[in-house]
Amino acid sequence: MSSSAAQPFWRAAGMTYVTYSNLCASLVRQCLKEPYRSEALSREKVHFNVSKWVDGKPEKPTIRTDTPE
Amino acid sequence: MLRHGSRSLFNRASATSMRWRRQFSTDLPAETAEDTKFVESWKKMNPNMDPPKTPSAYMKPRPPTPANIPSKLTVNLVLPYDSVLSSKEVDMVIVPATTGQMGVLPGHVATIAELKPGILSVHEGNDVTKYFLSSGFAFVHANSVADIIAIEATPVDRLDPNLVQKGLADFQQKLNTASTDVEKAEAQIGIDVHSALNAALTG
Repeated sequence: MSSSAAQPFWRAAGMTYVTYSNLCASLVRQCLKEPYRSEALSREKVHFNVSKWVDGKPEKPTIRTDTPE
Repeated sequence: MLRHGSRSLFNRASATSMRWRRQFSTDLPAETAEDTKFVESWKKMNPNMDPPKTPSAYMKPRPPTPANIPSKLTVNLVLPYDSVLSSKEVDMVIVPATTGQMGVLPGHVATIAELKPGILSVHEGNDVTKYFLSSGFAFVHANSVADIIAIEATPVDRLDPNLVQKGLADFQQKLNTASTDVEKAEAQIGIDVHSALNAALTG
């Protein structure tokens, strides 16, 4: 089991399974007919903010959002 | 060294062992005598305390494999946002494993299969329902229960052929112009998914 078995091409390129799977899912969603397409694309929206902590204090957060303000 | 350990444990844990929730003996499976040596030596040191439980003691036991092969396969198709099929009794499912289309009948050997984008067909009597899966996994258990997990599963009639063709052409273009490994991988994934979609629509 220690020999590096033949990897799938995406893993050889540095992609993880999660990224691959999410990419496949988003491609499938983009090929749907309306109205299913708009429902599905709303499932892809994310909204989060990330802040690094330095010396016990949070820095300015980076906000990643798909919801219009 | 072992004696000191158990002494400090006894002091700290004796208070908690009083409040230790006792499970009814009818609930528990037969005590998985995994490490009888450990249990015996514990009982020698501390006959008044129950031996500590390991995580496997809290797990539900594996469901028993029935002696006769069941007549139906129980299928669960779950997505992150919906359970499309939930304990549905069917005759057969064909899953799009990376190693090819795999048919699962009742009594199938326990298998874990990684899925590629493709069609899942569920056969029940004379009805066949097809779903296009975007990749995932299929777990077949020894008791004829199949769990199929995917991120997206759509009936084939919800796919738009024009968008599929356009996507295929786009990604073939991208593969030609791709420079880095990641771009090539993404383009290749795009081609794989769109050709599977195409095959699903035309097949």
